[in-house]
Amino acid sequence: MDLQTTIYIVVGLSFALYIGIAIWARAGSTAEFYAAGGGVHPVTNGMATAADWMSAASIISMAGLISNMGYGGGLFLMGWTGGYVLLAMLLAPYLRKFGKFTVPQFIGDRFYSKSASTVAVICLLTASITYIIGQMTGVGVAFSRFLGVSSDTGIYVGMAIVFAYAVFGGMKGITYTQVAQYIVLILAYTIPAIFISLQLTGNPIPQLGLGSNLVGQDLSLLAKLDQVVTDLGFGKYTTTTAGSTLNMFVYTMSLMIGTAGLPHVIMRFFTVPRVKDARSSAGWALVFIAILYTTAPAVAAMAKTNLIRTVTPGVVMSNADPYQAGSQIEYEKRPDWMKRWEATGLLKFEDKNGDGRIQYYNDKSEDAAFKTKAETAGWKGNELTVNADIIVLANPEIALLPNWVIALVAAGGLAAALSTAAGLLMAISAAVSHDLIKGVFKPDISEKGELMAGKISMAVAIVIAGWLGLNPPGFAAGTVALAFGIAASSLFPAIMMGIFSKKMNKEGAIAGMLAGLAVTLFYVFAHKGIFFVKGTEYLDLIGGANSFFGITPEAFGAVGALFNFIVAFVVDKVTKEPPEHIQHMVEAVRIPRGAKAVDGAH
Amino acid sequence: MDGKSAGYWKATLGLLTKILIIWFAVSFGAGILFADALNGIHLGGYPLGFWFAQQGSIYVFIALIFYYAKKMGDIDREFDVHED
Repeated sequence: MDLQTTIYIVVGLSFALYIGIAIWARAGSTAEFYAAGGGVHPVTNGMATAADWMSAASIISMAGLISNMGYGGGLFLMGWTGGYVLLAMLLAPYLRKFGKFTVPQFIGDRFYSKSASTVAVICLLTASITYIIGQMTGVGVAFSRFLGVSSDTGIYVGMAIVFAYAVFGGMKGITYTQVAQYIVLILAYTIPAIFISLQLTGNPIPQLGLGSNLVGQDLSLLAKLDQVVTDLGFGKYTTTTAGSTLNMFVYTMSLMIGTAGLPHVIMRFFTVPRVKDARSSAGWALVFIAILYTTAPAVAAMAKTNLIRTVTPGVVMSNADPYQAGSQIEYEKRPDWMKRWEATGLLKFEDKNGDGRIQYYNDKSEDAAFKTKAETAGWKGNELTVNADIIVLANPEIALLPNWVIALVAAGGLAAALSTAAGLLMAISAAVSHDLIKGVFKPDISEKGELMAGKISMAVAIVIAGWLGLNPPGFAAGTVALAFGIAASSLFPAIMMGIFSKKMNKEGAIAGMLAGLAVTLFYVFAHKGIFFVKGTEYLDLIGGANSFFGITPEAFGAVGALFNFIVAFVVDKVTKEPPEHIQHMVEAVRIPRGAKAVDGAH
Repeated sequence: MDGKSAGYWKATLGLLTKILIIWFAVSFGAGILFADALNGIHLGGYPLGFWFAQQGSIYVFIALIFYYAKKMGDIDREFDVHED
């Protein structure tokens, strides 16, 4: 069977499975629509949370990023997992005890203010909508690369699938499809990794393979990689940091706080029966996430090794001199997978010195000794450009795995994009139907009316998300960082103070959220333009790029959170303390006893 | 606030502080601030600082959450505020 047919069959089967679940898991009440009825097992919820959390970018792009960054890529690994420790201890159990459907509802009730909940809704919508654009384009990309249809067609098909289970099933449909999607995506990620690890190190477990010796050599894979990349003018793989140590520190912190504050993740913990389940469920979520996140660095380093091995075979597998002309392969003799990916434009070769061989190295190296060697060898610049996404997408082909594995990678990429998109749509539609329609505009709406409003909001959200995927605004690339920045600087501190500070009042919380949001947006927009419109950057105003202690805009969320906390405490001190009954509410939220199934009562 | 619930909250915050110290030590400490120093030590083929940044901290995070869940359960029962 040819590759294209296999891919159609595997992806088709996975879609049939999701639709089957959609028919089985329809939501008949608001409790089912917003919280899957509140009876999801903590392990099941952990698995669904893992799929909810791991986006198209986690699957397709993260290993490639780490591959290019080396050690510094660890900031994504620590940042996107360490947040679960914060979520498990600081937020999830208490919000579960509070027992309401949405994050803005907690903020609105705790700070006894419709304005507070409306500010939270705005933060939630901005964070979730910016995040969803990336997922929809991810769906389109996966379709166009693997199924040979246009990206637009891919987005329409993706919308139809999500529509089937999200509109009719709400959180209930989403939960069980996410479980299925997790299984698909984790198989798609780990199977190629196992084979690659076996081929390079003889160890089938990638996490151990990364710490093992190369097959037939007395040198560990990482030591060899360090040596080879240094020979090619790159920084040492195991020590190159992302900017300064301070930037890596703050960036990691921002991702952690942002992870803990993202509403579509927090919401998942409203579906478990008890407070103690919310605690353990966060642990299970991290177990399922860690299977991928500890494999990713192995994929990253091994794919880098494989790429260099393809171009200069003798240098990696024996000790050939990298500067000898014979060390680099002739372009005409390149393997088939390179030809296939050249056709997509993700891989490009340009024979700058006209010798018919591929020179892949860092031509921007500042190292004088290296520059002399490159010049002596007759190199006239790097000749191979490799898009980071190839690291995962081409893995099965580089390792010469059978067609069904390639098909599985396609299905896995789609599963990751669809599951995250559905979780985000759930957060968006719940905020609209529950916090805005029921909370602000029409408090006397009936249960049935609210369920209908929820389904309509979901359908509208899908159409908007699809439209944004079809017409991605020019700023799409920067948006995920913005989502984390907003969650970190506005929502996380507000929720945390709502639980851990009994005396925090509405004035403090609202001022804090607005200050955190404003300072983060101000810094991000200075670098990327006002609402990402090109040409409206105002770097001069803040004194140049990364002017705040060399911190990049992506890493700024933690600074925004700090502003939020400081402003909130200062304003809290000069305004009157919260009413007695709110302080009692906080005490009640802090203890597990008396937890009931979540409901929507205001 | 009566003495019992003050005691419960104190015990909770004590546990959180302990866990957050370890959380910080393995990621920001071993994985970032002291990574260079730790790289002198090897764990198999892994330089230790690199291992903490790309593997070790994640394993410790998992252990921390389950430890937290277990210890909180104990504290809940000790102060008699556990769920039925």
